[in-house]
Amino acid sequence: MLLRLGSNLARFVLSLCVATIAVFAMMRVLPGDPAVIAAGENASPQIVASLAHQFGTDRPLVVQYWDWFSGLWRGDFGISYVTRTDISPLVADKVQVSLILVTLAMALALAIAIPAGTIAAVRHNKPSGTLISALSQLGIAIPGFLLGIVLVSFFALRLGWLPANGWVAPVEGFSSFLSRLVLPVMALAGVQSAILVRYVRSAVLGIMHEDYLRTARAKGLSPLRALAKHGLRNAAIPVLTVTSVQFSALIIGAVVIERVFVIPGLGSMLLAAVGNRDLLTVQSVVMVLVAITLIVNLLVDMLYTILDPRIRAA
Amino acid sequence: MSERQLLEVSGLSISAGERTLVSDLSFSMATGERIGLIGESGSGKSLTATALLGLLPEELSVSGTGRLHGFEHNLLTAPERAMAPLRGDEISMVFQEPLSALNPLMKIGAQVAEVLLIHRTLGTRAAARARAIELLASVQIPDPAQAANAYPHQLSGGQRQRVMIAMALANDPQLLLCDEPTTALDVTVQSQVLELISEQVTARGTGLLFITHDLAVVARMCTRVLVLNQGRIVEQGEIDTVFSAPNHPYTRALLAASDMSATDERGRLFTVATAGNYQPPALRAAAPEPVVAIPNPRPFAASFSTESSPTPTHRAIAPLITASNLSRSYHRARTSLLGPRPVVHALANIDFTVVPGERVGIVGESGSGKSTLLRILAGLDTPTGGDAVVAGTSIAGAREADLSALRSELQIIFQDPLGSLDPRMRVADIVAEPLLVPGQSLDAAARRATVLKMLNSVGLEPDSANRYPHQFSGGQRQRISIARALVNRPRILVADEPVSALDVSVRAQVLNLIADLVDEYALTLLLVSHDLSVIRHLCQRVIVMKDGRIVEAGDTEQIYINPAHPYTARLIASSLDLSEELARAH
Repeated sequence: MLLRLGSNLARFVLSLCVATIAVFAMMRVLPGDPAVIAAGENASPQIVASLAHQFGTDRPLVVQYWDWFSGLWRGDFGISYVTRTDISPLVADKVQVSLILVTLAMALALAIAIPAGTIAAVRHNKPSGTLISALSQLGIAIPGFLLGIVLVSFFALRLGWLPANGWVAPVEGFSSFLSRLVLPVMALAGVQSAILVRYVRSAVLGIMHEDYLRTARAKGLSPLRALAKHGLRNAAIPVLTVTSVQFSALIIGAVVIERVFVIPGLGSMLLAAVGNRDLLTVQSVVMVLVAITLIVNLLVDMLYTILDPRIRAA
Repeated sequence: MSERQLLEVSGLSISAGERTLVSDLSFSMATGERIGLIGESGSGKSLTATALLGLLPEELSVSGTGRLHGFEHNLLTAPERAMAPLRGDEISMVFQEPLSALNPLMKIGAQVAEVLLIHRTLGTRAAARARAIELLASVQIPDPAQAANAYPHQLSGGQRQRVMIAMALANDPQLLLCDEPTTALDVTVQSQVLELISEQVTARGTGLLFITHDLAVVARMCTRVLVLNQGRIVEQGEIDTVFSAPNHPYTRALLAASDMSATDERGRLFTVATAGNYQPPALRAAAPEPVVAIPNPRPFAASFSTESSPTPTHRAIAPLITASNLSRSYHRARTSLLGPRPVVHALANIDFTVVPGERVGIVGESGSGKSTLLRILAGLDTPTGGDAVVAGTSIAGAREADLSALRSELQIIFQDPLGSLDPRMRVADIVAEPLLVPGQSLDAAARRATVLKMLNSVGLEPDSANRYPHQFSGGQRQRISIARALVNRPRILVADEPVSALDVSVRAQVLNLIADLVDEYALTLLLVSHDLSVIRHLCQRVIVMKDGRIVEAGDTEQIYINPAHPYTARLIASSLDLSEELARAH
């Protein structure tokens, strides 16, 4: 158990290091020298050279990488080439916003998908089961931003129940924080739950044919109690795998929703930085996204270990 | 229903839409009686048991009546509300595959305790847990308190089946249904588990309905037998009567095909087709000592000199297969940060030789290394120590390119004929594939002719060439495998449990086919089996393996009659033989 934790942690740290190299290299391959961009058109070579010296981009790549890499561990992403401000506090702000949005959306998606998928599986040859499957097919086909626009036009514009967009930090007013979260979370969770319903359904369907469920019935449990007691935890393992993959997809997918609802998250920051050719900011945000994905994978790996004794022993 | 009557089934029919799977099945069972339900796969045995438990899949419809002593409803039509309290309390079931029948994520003790809590046999978790440990002790699980805290994957196959038995008997049911409970187990474990079931049902006076395809097992376990064929009972009665004087031709055929010690005048096993000439064992085995009473089981003795011990023969003829100091070890996942990774020795210092034309059996239980050995000899795995030279090719350190000669000299038949045939290839292409290796110069027409000839020699119709594997029965698929293996005329045929996935009646046919082809093509045969009787019938020499080592090797008959190693002796004692079982019952 401890050994597994150790090896998972070691793998996590190693992956993180490899990711820094990949992200750093990718940014260098992209065209556009930050000093040339910052100096503007028609700037003299001296100005470009002095800017390059100021940014440190005239140093060897290895030195630049090491500088950035060692800064990362201290939580220091460096100073933006464009805005000339510290990147780290900005990123820290945006990460909070995005994580709140995505975590709540995923929680809501699971809260819908687990019961809906289970019912779809148990009643797979009855109308209600077929209806859930059909709704989930439909849900997958609707893009999240479209759902967002529909939600806004109905709940915000027509009914006026909720604000159409914007963001208020929880410390500034908890109720306005919540009211602004409802619609974007619903928009994000809608598509997610539609996707997850399919996986939950197929996981539960698979479990229903397992021998140990027949054993549970032979012991005298009713079909539903047998499923609840012996099936769901077994079905949770494949669902967990999909959830972790979807979580990473959701963080990226939130970029569009953040635009629709004017939420200052990582996605908005990334889009703005790309637009301004703010390379170091882009690099930092991408690194943070990679790190979140890796952390989610680490957590899921540990959850497997808790759920499944067979993995524990290995 | 009289006081002594436990179960009365009449007119039980099960159908899937238009298709009738079980039709008009009737029998009765007295309290504490032990009845065997025998038949081949698809005969409706498991469906019958599942119907009695009320657990048939919804898409099947069932009719008839099933009366259990003290239960007011009809078992076959009672509502779920009435059946659930009965299951695990008055009627219990033990399934075939104990690993998949236990919840992998729940501790053993909790799974046993659950059945006590469901039926409120015991009120508290603590009491149920304590009783679960007692039950585990009663099915002879070593260190039951610790086993209660283990998960199913941490126990051996036999122990898992003991857990299933403990669970089934926890509430002292009136009726125990066993569905092939030992088919997935090793021979030595099988006999222990059968012993345990016997003891437990006798002690509790439980009625036993025992489903199996194995006639020897039923002879050991039961007093009465129902013979099921295509959903109908074709014969029923006392074991002694039915097995010594079968009335129905199907019963006779089943007996003939499962009796590995009886052969016809050509030295071949009896099949369904030749069962007419078969004498049931009870009539033959008049002599007091069963081992001696078995008629000469070495049908090939005439064509082969086995009078002298194998050693001088080996000196005279250059061996075709030589394994010297052959080892294969695997590294397991680390269990501690310090210290080396644990090493598993799948094969440890194996030495043996096989001369051309010899038929050698390799016998051993699961984990003995017999499959690893085969894979190495076939060049599908590389040894970690020593070497094997097969038909002049050295396996150790050989690359794929070096093995092409070996591939044309040695061919394998695998255990599962469905899994080992590509489902999307036509039979003609499957069988022709070995002819496509570099060096073969046949054109398409010649290949086609060769394939058809080969299909004919394994007893398949020419039109089967254009069909796909799933369109054949299990036995026919194994014939396709054999045709594929022999089409490019190898000198060595390796068969890995070739009949263990087949029904009894088909098993004899396939074994006869292998024997015929080995004779016809002058093959050297290496046969791996867990079933001693198969090896005893086909092979003149046997290698007994345990834990990756050869514990004993030599003339099959000598080893069978006079085993030198205690493990071999245990293996022989544990394997059930129909005539011995019948003799024992008398």
